[in-house]
Amino acid sequence: MTEHTIYIHGIVLNEETRCTLADLCLLCGVNAEVIHEMIDEGIVTPEGFSSREWSFSAIAVKRVQTAIRLQRDLRVNLPGCALALDLLEELEALRPLCRRR
Amino acid sequence: MHFFLFFLISYSYFLQRYTNGPHADRHTMEYKDYYTILGVSREATQDQIKQAYRKVARKFHPDVSKESDAETKFKDIGEAYEVLRDPEKRAAYDKFGSNWREGQHFEPPPHWDAGFEFRGAGYTGGQSGGFSDFFESLFGQSQAGRQRSHVFRMQGEDQHAKIVIPLRDAYSGARQTITLTRPTVDNDGRVSTSPHTLHVVIPKGIVEGQRIRLEGQGLPGYGGSPAGDLYLEIVFQEDPLFHAEKRDIHLTLPVTPWEAALGATVAVPTLDGAVQVKIPPGSQSGKKLRLKGKGLCTANQRGDQIVTLQIVIPEANTDAQRNLYRAMAEQMPFNPRTGMEH
Repeated sequence: MTEHTIYIHGIVLNEETRCTLADLCLLCGVNAEVIHEMIDEGIVTPEGFSSREWSFSAIAVKRVQTAIRLQRDLRVNLPGCALALDLLEELEALRPLCRRR
Repeated sequence: MHFFLFFLISYSYFLQRYTNGPHADRHTMEYKDYYTILGVSREATQDQIKQAYRKVARKFHPDVSKESDAETKFKDIGEAYEVLRDPEKRAAYDKFGSNWREGQHFEPPPHWDAGFEFRGAGYTGGQSGGFSDFFESLFGQSQAGRQRSHVFRMQGEDQHAKIVIPLRDAYSGARQTITLTRPTVDNDGRVSTSPHTLHVVIPKGIVEGQRIRLEGQGLPGYGGSPAGDLYLEIVFQEDPLFHAEKRDIHLTLPVTPWEAALGATVAVPTLDGAVQVKIPPGSQSGKKLRLKGKGLCTANQRGDQIVTLQIVIPEANTDAQRNLYRAMAEQMPFNPRTGMEH
């Protein structure tokens, strides 16, 4: 008997992949109000004029999910989350450089 | 197809709840030294415990820490604080005395909790479940855990995992088979874990740190609700020749002084096999050559290979060889330190 292996294709969450406000809410398990607050804080930035037209880079999914965990686990407020996310991104960029030195 | 290293990170705590859940074998239970976990003395005040908790929680938060066991440590820290923050639980825990060591085989003496009221009621504090067998045998299950049996419909939780792939797989795309540990519940409500194997496509041109979302491949839902999603974060395996910086692949290429001085065509390894590269005459060490499209490319984005030349001088071991260097010194006198005089 021949066995056929089915390989699953996922979606790569990179700058090219776009998602709507509804997608972002669904993926992160939050309501639109939470995303609005994060936009005000500069945690994620949509493209488009009205919230219906908003489109986010899929990178936003990770930022929102991380912000939610930082709020829940470490009681970091939203401005603190914005700062932590920017610093974490910088760290991520610098760590490989340090490793090679 | 390669399967190199796979480790699971579950921010949901759900997995740990069932892995270490109430059905686990009591005989394997290990003592947990909550004071050591938080790094405080047994005499610490409640304020000191709170401060120590906040400090270590920040340090080992899985989103912040790069330590490979941050997830486990963060869970232990939360559990330790859950006990030590509450004077009553702390007093009960302290009854075991200070002779116990972390990891030591442990079984609570009968009626150890006489005089305390938390037993059986389940603890009320804490934001997460998934505490250890040790904790649950002493203080009962979390409210969330107890309520779970009354929830008829619940979407499955998302799972987060890292997958380590060789650069070559990122360059050309690959297929991988990965295995996750999943909790399963039988008809009697007993929980065990079982391996869950997935065959996934690694898309061509994926970059380190990017995540692949596999819809519906997270933990199963309850009562007909959909499963959660699985997020796979890409980590590149260390490569002896290449390293990636975003889409670009870097390689240091050793060349001889005459190749660098006179120019040459040499074979250069790429992730796509060796290619012939022309080294221009008069190249200095550190010169960078760009091989277009030999980095991590997708349909819309291009990465290049950056080749950095490194001139390696041959050792002069014989008189004839030393004379060659001397002849060079005579024929082409030059001072590379011009401008450094003080």
